[in-house]
Amino acid sequence: MRFKDVFSIIGPAMVGPSSSHTAGAARIGRVGRQLFGRMPKSVEVTFYGSFAATYQGHGTDRAIIGGLLDFTTDDQRLPQSLSLAAEVGMEVTFRSGTGLFPHPNTVKLRLYGDEPEEKLTLIGVSIGGGNIEIVDIDGFSVKLTGTYPTILIRHMDWLGVLANVTEVIRKWEVNIGHMSLDRKQRSGEALTVLELDAAAEHLLLHDLGDLPAVHAVTEINLDAGP
Amino acid sequence: MNFQTLGELAKLAEERGIGIGSLMLEEQSAESGRPKELEFAKMADYYEVMKDAVRRGLTDNTTSPSGLTGLDAQRVKSYSESDEPCLGGAASEAMAYALAVSEVNASMGRIIATPTAGSCGIIPGVFISCQERFGWDDQKMVYGLFTAGAIGYVIANNSFVSGAEGGCQAEVGSAIGMAAAALTELRGGTPAQVVHAVGLALKNTLGLICDPVGGLVEIPCIVRNGFGAVTALAAADMALAGVRSVIPSDEVIQVMLEVGSAMPEKHRETAGGGLAQTPTGRQIMNDLKRSK
Repeated sequence: MRFKDVFSIIGPAMVGPSSSHTAGAARIGRVGRQLFGRMPKSVEVTFYGSFAATYQGHGTDRAIIGGLLDFTTDDQRLPQSLSLAAEVGMEVTFRSGTGLFPHPNTVKLRLYGDEPEEKLTLIGVSIGGGNIEIVDIDGFSVKLTGTYPTILIRHMDWLGVLANVTEVIRKWEVNIGHMSLDRKQRSGEALTVLELDAAAEHLLLHDLGDLPAVHAVTEINLDAGP
Repeated sequence: MNFQTLGELAKLAEERGIGIGSLMLEEQSAESGRPKELEFAKMADYYEVMKDAVRRGLTDNTTSPSGLTGLDAQRVKSYSESDEPCLGGAASEAMAYALAVSEVNASMGRIIATPTAGSCGIIPGVFISCQERFGWDDQKMVYGLFTAGAIGYVIANNSFVSGAEGGCQAEVGSAIGMAAAALTELRGGTPAQVVHAVGLALKNTLGLICDPVGGLVEIPCIVRNGFGAVTALAAADMALAGVRSVIPSDEVIQVMLEVGSAMPEKHRETAGGGLAQTPTGRQIMNDLKRSK
């Protein structure tokens, strides 16, 4: 089933004008903010396809930046997000991209922090009705919808890591609804994405972070308030 | 969810002896694992956003950032107050409210996507005008939103609800079917009548293309929301009167899928055809590009 519940039909609550070009874009921006873990210092936004053609008319630019400021889809500050970003010192550039892209409504975000090693790249697509998919994070293929609380684990692709991860989650009695793993190379760096049926407790994330060969654990929860 | 078709939905409601709205609330709670009270409260919050959007569309300046649209709801409202509208007062009011919400959307105001932002005016237009007219309380209206959601859930999973996939029939068409169904139930129709209302409504929008001028959710989306609210009232009246959708509503949904799948890409939200590519539509698009 593409649409899982009543609120994927009635909803989201959002600032107009387009569920795909505005609400979806805001959610992609907010995933970026949560993945980065704080407000980025500078942001490079590249629009593709229909996003590139009509982003100004739909406020897609303002929606993306609003999401990066941790605004939800119905935050009435979204239309003013560009000036609000300037006020808090977030540098923003927009460009239109060419070449291959996975969906008519595609955006690539490059986020930078204060230190040179603080950076993140993600590619998101907006599939309609405010529903999104993040398809790439720092070169790892993923499929992250933001519909469920989601945990991202960066780890080494070593024997038994995944068994340790699922054991921790079992211990905390949370059910996994969807799971994917991508790696750069055999025994190299890997990224595992887990969509859960319930929000993860802080201590669960802590336990995952303590596992051998796990580098970093991040939670995405678009239902949570800012 | 324990149903995938409208036929299954009506059968389930009849077996449990409850309305489709109550059934959908139960199903939603089972799917999300959250108590019914919380799910109901979330929908009640959404209804408040809808009411606020109607109010703002009838009072605020809704001129869109492009300058192409705005204030039509207020034109319709003041006309119907000063003159006898052809539609009669009730339908004219539903039309004005639907235009109001769509104009709030186009001017970057807050709305609820039902099922999308492009079709966000129809359900609030029908619901809020009928609530005032029939004196229904908010709780009844929120159950009505669950009814509308149940219908939309079936349409979305068996066909589509976005203009990019299936044309305007999938957005505005689905919203009309959802509104007609909910209104039928709110007026005391049986689950079978509710399902007939969907088929009756959808048949009237089959084939409608998505051809937004400049790619913006303005022309013709806003007026189609106004027309949509009126059509939903008509479909509910037919169903309540005992008119049946001879082609079962589930089969009409399959026709929407067939027609939408065959629709050329230029008629699916890309602004590559239809009204968007008329001489005036192209002129507007060029003006918008120049003003960037």
